[in-house]
Amino acid sequence: MFSSTRHPQEAVQTADIETEQPMVRFNSIMKAFGDQVVLNELDLEVGSGEKVALIGPSGSGKTTILRMLMTLERPDAGTIYVDGDPLWHMERNGTTVPADERHLRQMRTKIGMVFQQFNLFPHMTVLRNIAEAPIRVLGIPRAEAEERARHLLDQVGLAGKADYRPSQLSGGQQQRVAIARAIAMRPKVMLFDEVTSALDPELVAEVHAVLRDLATETGMTMLLVTHEMNFARDIADRVLMFDQGRIIESGPPERIFTHPENDRTKSFLRAVLEAT
Amino acid sequence: MNVWDWNFAASIIPSLLDGLLVTLEATALGSLLAFVLGLMLALLRYSPLFVVSKAAWGFIEVVRSTPLLVQLYIWFFLLAQWGITLGSMTAGVLGLGVHYATYTAEVYRAGIDAVPRGQWEAARALNLPRGRTWVGIVLPQAIPRMIPALGNYVVSMFKETPLLLTIGVLDILGQARGAGAEAYRFIEPYTLAGILFLALSYPSSILIRRLERRVLQH
Repeated sequence: MFSSTRHPQEAVQTADIETEQPMVRFNSIMKAFGDQVVLNELDLEVGSGEKVALIGPSGSGKTTILRMLMTLERPDAGTIYVDGDPLWHMERNGTTVPADERHLRQMRTKIGMVFQQFNLFPHMTVLRNIAEAPIRVLGIPRAEAEERARHLLDQVGLAGKADYRPSQLSGGQQQRVAIARAIAMRPKVMLFDEVTSALDPELVAEVHAVLRDLATETGMTMLLVTHEMNFARDIADRVLMFDQGRIIESGPPERIFTHPENDRTKSFLRAVLEAT
Repeated sequence: MNVWDWNFAASIIPSLLDGLLVTLEATALGSLLAFVLGLMLALLRYSPLFVVSKAAWGFIEVVRSTPLLVQLYIWFFLLAQWGITLGSMTAGVLGLGVHYATYTAEVYRAGIDAVPRGQWEAARALNLPRGRTWVGIVLPQAIPRMIPALGNYVVSMFKETPLLLTIGVLDILGQARGAGAEAYRFIEPYTLAGILFLALSYPSSILIRRLERRVLQH
């Protein structure tokens, strides 16, 4: 569904998971808010095209990882690489200096994010929400951007809603618009921050279905913070279990969910599964 | 002699209406200046440059903490002493506009702060430039919420225009005083001037209250 034949240019190139250079690399990243250390010497690699689910108790630093990648939060120490380039640093006259806004803007073109609370622009139509950034940032002519936006709406199953305001849609529909809005910028890495946590239970499935299509039909690298273990098992190539700012267990979903090795992973999974 | 002379009252209405036009003109121009300058002050307060945001803050505090009348004297008399001669209407509009800009700046700031942080973050995630984020995302959401508060300041500016009399602007009150001095009768001119103010500001406040309710419903 996302690798359309009508718009071949929409199809994101299927990435080669075997490439040597990871798409995302965290190199001993430190992050604290006040006294609270959120991430402690974190090392993390995500391959190109890989789908990684981040699970763990709240406050374990999962969302902070996404927010640092989206340049919403600056790491205190360490280096993050995206697609081979440092995210928060740049080279100037042979030395490494903190990134300026221009470098960040350049790097942000590779990254997209979908938020827990959707964060659609309430004063714009659904179509405009999706087309705004392609017009303003990528410089795509309005007519073309809107045609692409309609196509994306069709792909997330909201073809008839182009002229609606976000407030006229259900939460699940709003989140699907937000996904379309992020894809419209054609990022290489997509970040999903508990995208179904704010939804009524009956609306979760429609959003998961869209994400599943996105995962199977495009080569986008995906990082998903989620509390939905079945969804994580379904969609992820690899699951990372976080606790207190560290990855305490990592592996393919079949193993993590059926034979967790770490005691805290076991008790976390037990608690989550009991709750659902 | 009657307490109230209808004939005299009718005879001074044309000159009071002339004064009303002047009052409305000062209010309209003053509001325009207050809206534009206030927005600029508010944006300066959000500047990432510490010096700029502090300077804007200082300017706002000084202007708000001194009486409008003093500021009018500065615009009209003090600047003239330094060789900058402004007409009384110009000085009056500048005085009103700059004074009220420091209030509208706070209205803008409150309106801007009310836009959820997620909107800024979404704009950033979509890589929208800073200017576009302000013009396309934040202000369109903030301004509707500000309209009632801005309207209230227009009404209070309207009621303060008689201060311009002190620098020679012939507004409603100026005309009333002139008419009264000529005939040596003050009851009719001042009563009518008061009624004119009431007739305009009361319906305006009702209108603003309705607007407020509509904005809050959204």
